[in-house]
Amino acid sequence: MSVIYILWLREMKRYLRSRVQIVVSLGQPLLYLLALGFGFGPVFAKAGGGSYLQFMAPGVVGMTVLFSSVFSGIAILWDRQFGFLKETLVAPVSRFQIMLGRTLGGATVAILQGALFLVLSLLAGFRPTHWFAIPFAFAFVALIAIVFAALGTTIGSVIKDMQGFQLIMNFLVMPIFFLSGALYPLANLHVVMRVITHLDPLTYGVDGLRGALTGVWQFNLQMDVVILALLATVFLSAGAYMFSKIEI
Amino acid sequence: MIRVDKLEKTFGTFQAVKAISFEVQAGEIFAFLGPNGAGKTTTIKMLTTLLHPTSGVIELDGLNPMKAQHEVRKRFGIVFQDPSLDQEQTAKENMELHGVLYHVPRRVRTERIEYLLKLFELWERRDDLVKQFSGGMRRRLEIARSFLHTPKILFLDEPTLGLDPQSRNQLWTHVKRLNETEGTTVFLTTHYMDEAERVAHRIAIIDHGQIVAQGTAAELKLQTQSDSLEGAFLALTGSSIRDESATSADQMRQFAKMWRR
Repeated sequence: MSVIYILWLREMKRYLRSRVQIVVSLGQPLLYLLALGFGFGPVFAKAGGGSYLQFMAPGVVGMTVLFSSVFSGIAILWDRQFGFLKETLVAPVSRFQIMLGRTLGGATVAILQGALFLVLSLLAGFRPTHWFAIPFAFAFVALIAIVFAALGTTIGSVIKDMQGFQLIMNFLVMPIFFLSGALYPLANLHVVMRVITHLDPLTYGVDGLRGALTGVWQFNLQMDVVILALLATVFLSAGAYMFSKIEI
Repeated sequence: MIRVDKLEKTFGTFQAVKAISFEVQAGEIFAFLGPNGAGKTTTIKMLTTLLHPTSGVIELDGLNPMKAQHEVRKRFGIVFQDPSLDQEQTAKENMELHGVLYHVPRRVRTERIEYLLKLFELWERRDDLVKQFSGGMRRRLEIARSFLHTPKILFLDEPTLGLDPQSRNQLWTHVKRLNETEGTTVFLTTHYMDEAERVAHRIAIIDHGQIVAQGTAAELKLQTQSDSLEGAFLALTGSSIRDESATSADQMRQFAKMWRR
């Protein structure tokens, strides 16, 4: 337990010490929220969709959590290059504990980032249906954070350089965001888009967040929770396996 | 403390280590010397549970590193060729984390961290981030850290690489002192012959994966009719320059060095 805790604590310290990083990483989602939220607002309203800001804010919270959690997992790459990874891998503890500490730490950081961004959305004019919807939404924030921190760990255990990192960003993380229904409703999509969006793990996270915060569901609560919990299990197992295969 | 018998490691068709045998007594400082690519790091990796031998026997404190991995890991400390500190944490936090990873009880941990940081002259800087440290200070911290869990054996893989003579001198003084006060067995590799001669009780010279000579510095000099250990080393290993056949791990290391500031 103490091993998991100390590695979790390390992630927390790193996060709280990098204030600039915190601001920078909120900048991109904020741009999406403001530029797209207010830019597409009139068109969306004209099409009968209501307030676009209300619609997309939960999606952008999901995006913040997605980016933050995947990055924290991929930080294994940095620890590999700066050498710290070796220190943990030759210690007399199981790799599973190390992996779990890191992943939970990364997930917690992502949850905090999600919370900060939710505050920003409230300032921008987003309003949840109820104030108690917020703790409910955080159950989904936590699920998204764990799913993608575990995915990040899996990827971070496999890739070895910056090129690999760019590849993952452009061909995995960005598509996961754009195809998740964070920015547009999933109803009435072309069948190809329909299939792709349904395969995207973030789709269920965004749906859960939007449902919790604004009462609008594409699927339903049970389905979102079950699918996310299942994915969390799968990715944590994959992460544990890949992490156990790292050679130094 | 360390017993190695007919140890071999083959990568594909390349024989990195060819049936080497040696023993290191408890409390001894043993230097493992050899040109680049001679098999030093491969041997250390096998001794420290990081690599499976192709064949042969290894015993550390009577245990097989591959069978009793965690037990063996508790018994040794290692300072790698490349740094392995967390630069975003303070000196004390790095020590603390190591203590937890090696199951050192809290009270012992607190005492020992203070003792070691003071010994290695880092106590005043304990709350500074490692990224603000000089190369010599980082090295000292790594060695202090490797002593934290009171290992029976300490592996030092070229610990003084890139340090100025003052730092090197100071570092060996500390290692020797801990070897004497705590009875830690030390297994080291270095390219600096003067260091090996100064600190090591016994020396083994490895070349092309084979041990070509072992004994005290005086014995090696006598054996080769040389007046310095450097002369003995060159007499035993020849003076041609070796091109290390870089493994993918080495290439990664090079890559990492480029990125490191």
